[in-house]
Parts: sequence; structure tokens; C-alpha cells
Amino acid sequence: MASYSTNEFKGGLKIMIDGDPCSIIENEFVKPGKGQAFNRVKIRNLKTGRVIERTFKSGESVEGADVMDTDMQYLYADGEFWHFMDPNSFEQHAADATAVGDAKKWLKEQDMCEVTLWNGTPLVITPPNFVMLAVTETDPGVRGDTSGGGGKPATLETGAVVRVPLFIDIGEVLKIDTRTGEYVGRARD
Amino acid sequence: MQAEADWQPTASLDALKLRATVLARLRGFFAARNVLEVDTPVLSVAGTPDPALHSFQTRWHGPGTLNGTSFYLHTSPEFPMKRLLAAGAGSIYQVCKVFRDGESGRHHNPEFTLLEWYRTGFDYFDLMDEVEVLLREVLEGLVPLDSVDHWTYRDLFVETAGIDPFTVTVAGLGSQLQARGISPPAGLAADDHDGWLDMVLTHVVEPAMPAGLVFVRDYPASQAALARLRPGTPPVAARFEVYLNGIELANGFHELTDADEQRQRFAQENDRRQQQGDDAITTDERLLAALEAGVPDCAGVALGIDRLLMIAGQYGSLDDVIAFPLERA
Repeated sequence: MASYSTNEFKGGLKIMIDGDPCSIIENEFVKPGKGQAFNRVKIRNLKTGRVIERTFKSGESVEGADVMDTDMQYLYADGEFWHFMDPNSFEQHAADATAVGDAKKWLKEQDMCEVTLWNGTPLVITPPNFVMLAVTETDPGVRGDTSGGGGKPATLETGAVVRVPLFIDIGEVLKIDTRTGEYVGRARD
Repeated sequence: MQAEADWQPTASLDALKLRATVLARLRGFFAARNVLEVDTPVLSVAGTPDPALHSFQTRWHGPGTLNGTSFYLHTSPEFPMKRLLAAGAGSIYQVCKVFRDGESGRHHNPEFTLLEWYRTGFDYFDLMDEVEVLLREVLEGLVPLDSVDHWTYRDLFVETAGIDPFTVTVAGLGSQLQARGISPPAGLAADDHDGWLDMVLTHVVEPAMPAGLVFVRDYPASQAALARLRPGTPPVAARFEVYLNGIELANGFHELTDADEQRQRFAQENDRRQQQGDDAITTDERLLAALEAGVPDCAGVALGIDRLLMIAGQYGSLDDVIAFPLERA
């Protein structure tokens, strides 16, 4: 893998830090007028999601990380791994629970999502910002109540539990924002 | 397509007017004190060997050159201004564009405006006083200047970082950084004591710097640059830095006027450049000849105008005060 000089640093660049693949969030050039120049960098560890700060001497080189974001179709879970397919190459990839993380609540078979590959292995699964999921369990709907006030829990086909308005019934398909885990509305079809 | 989106200035018209106001006030300040405005060339056959500075280079083609002659773009007008001092110009100032390769960020643009002035008969304490008077006059009605603090480099490190910079080892600096959760850069060499001090300066000391005007003086002898040394235990550089609201604004010296010592420092700096893999810079023999002929006892200071405007207008970045920064040049 190529290495990058601090002069090539910019948001989104993937580099290796302490053996983990990381993504640069922010790069600040710091230099006393008569002294050593540094690059003070905010970095997200792509394995843990943690954000750390690191400083490099300007001009220093850092090993790049072979990280690629690819849109893939979610196929199925076998209890241990979640399986995805690249629709262009038909290549299949298996992601473990760490890589899937919270995304598992939103994964529906056949849906597309973003798979971040590191050295060819899934590192992070990012669901689409919005997903359409059917309600499998909730208290009976209260007809006529469209105020949205109050609300009640509803279990979705993927097992996720979200708060929904009182008028929602079992079997309805809802639009959910996966970034906040909140109900957006009923799917229009 | 890109040009359609970014032909406009990044600075507001208010910021451009602020620049004009501040420059007019500066010129008024020096006119009232009989300090002569001068103009020296941007291009020079010699440059500064300061290992922390990188000069742009360009070529001149014309009569008398077959393949062109290499010139540096100046990183500050210091050397020709000292030649004017040796020629008997008396106290002088200049406002000019200077160029530093490799420097770009919120507080850096590779081309920026510098105010540099020299006061004959002043030492660096006199000049620090004048910097304060100048800033009060120039910033009048723009931004309040409440507190003024004076620190020695050593006391500031002791106070803000609990480190005595004159006795601490590189290992000691490393463990102080680690204790604060700061991992030292792998590229910083174990014998680069000043580089490690700069790491602590930028990551611990500067962030703890109080708001207002802060003068820091008496730097380690190894960071003297073009300042004379003041004997003592240990000897210190007669150099000061000016910080305003935590941002480095100016650097001044009780100027070194000894030609032999200057020649030695140039040689040492060029050695360090080559150790760090940079080209040696052509020594300014005309400056050395002027020092030989005699530069009067004086103090000089260089102040970044763009940063001053950023503070005066309470902006967050140099792009807010420079019409066309590098990305739009």
C-alpha cells in the first residue's frame, strides 16, 4: 500500500494508525514562526469508530490503509455472519457482528447498503439513511388519531423497536431514519 | 466550471476596508515618529538558511544570463533592510508581501503581508513597548486590548506546562506529552530538542495562553535565529514573540550585528538543513559585508498583518481577510 506525506492529508484520506485503518476527519497545520511545523489531525478509527487526535511532523509519511466503500446487496444472515454481494462483480463478502454493529437492526434481505472493505474484508456496514420496514408487533391502532402525540413502541420485521404514532397497525410499512432510529412516516405505495 | 464558483474573494468587503484602515493607521504611526518607509526587492540571489523556513525559487532570464539566474522570493525583508541600516537610513519600516513555501492552514497562507520595522538605538525591551503602543493605536475602536502580560520563555513553560525548558531532556518532554494524552510524532528525532520544545509549545503552552496581549522573551540560545545572545546562566536569546488572543502575531530581536557570528550561524543552519534533507541556501554575502561595514545597534520586529486583521475583525481564518488565498490565487 502506498504511503502518504502530510502534504497529501485531507478529509477522508484513509491511513494506518497503530495497526488500525483510520479515516482523516480534520487536518490542521500548526507552526511557530521560527519553529517546527506540525500537522495536527483528527482521525476516526474505522474499526472502533472512536475519534482520536494525532500530531505528525510536517513532511513525515504515513502508511495508507487499503479501505474502500462499496454499495452491496444484503443477502442473509447465518447466525454468525451477515452475507453481502457486490452487484457488479457478484462477489460475496461475509461480515462479522463487530463489522455489522448496530446496522443489523435495519438490514432487510435484498436491500442495498454500504460495505467498507479493508484489505477485502468487511470492516463497517452502513445502512441506507432511510429504510422501509413492516410492523410485526404493536398495540392495536387508534383510528382517527393522527395527532402523533404520545406514541407507542412498534417492533419491525428486522427486530428493531421504534416509537410510532398511535394510529399505526401491524402490517403497515414504515419509513425509518436509520441515523436517528426515528419513525419518519408511512411508506407511500 | 470550478472558476465560475471560486472567482470571488473569500474576504468580505468589510474585511478589505478593514485592511485599508489598518494600513493607513500603521503608516500614520510611523510618519508621526519619523520612521522612514522603505521598499526592498522580493527577489534575491541569496536567501535565509533558517531550517524552519522554505523559500520559493524562480528564474530570471534576460541580458547577461545564458540559462537564466536562480532567485529566491524573500521570506522576510530582513537582509536588505539591514543593508539599508548599515547605509545610514536610520529607523525604517516596510509593508510587503513575503513568501513561505509549505505553509498553508487556518493561520497560514504561503504568501502574506508582513510589517517589519527597525529602531536604531532601541533594545528589545524598548521595542516591545513600542509594539504595545502601536497595537493600541491601530486597534483603537476595533477590538479591546485589556490585558498585557510579559513572560520569559522559561517562566511561561514552567507556569503552563510545569516544564523547565532549559533543563528538561527530550525523554522528559516526551513523558510530559504522554501524561497529557498527546502522542509525540514518530518523525521527531530524539536529538531535535527544539523540535520537542515546539511540540510542547504548540500543544500545551499556546492553548493555555491567556487572551489579550502577551509578550514572551528570552528564548533558548538554540532558537536565537537573528537575535544577539544575552550572557547568563544559561545564556538566552534577546528575542521576543508577541501573541494576541492566543495567536502568534510578531517576532522581534535585539539584532545580532556581529558579522563573524552571523556567518557561523548561517553555516550551522545550512548544516541542519542538509541533515534534514533540504538544500543548502546561498549565503547572503552582501548582508555579511554590510554587517562587516557596521549595522548600528538596533532592535527589529516583523508583524503579520493578515493575522492582525483576523484578530481586529474577530474572524476565524486568514481566508476571511485575504481577498484571494492560495486556493483562489
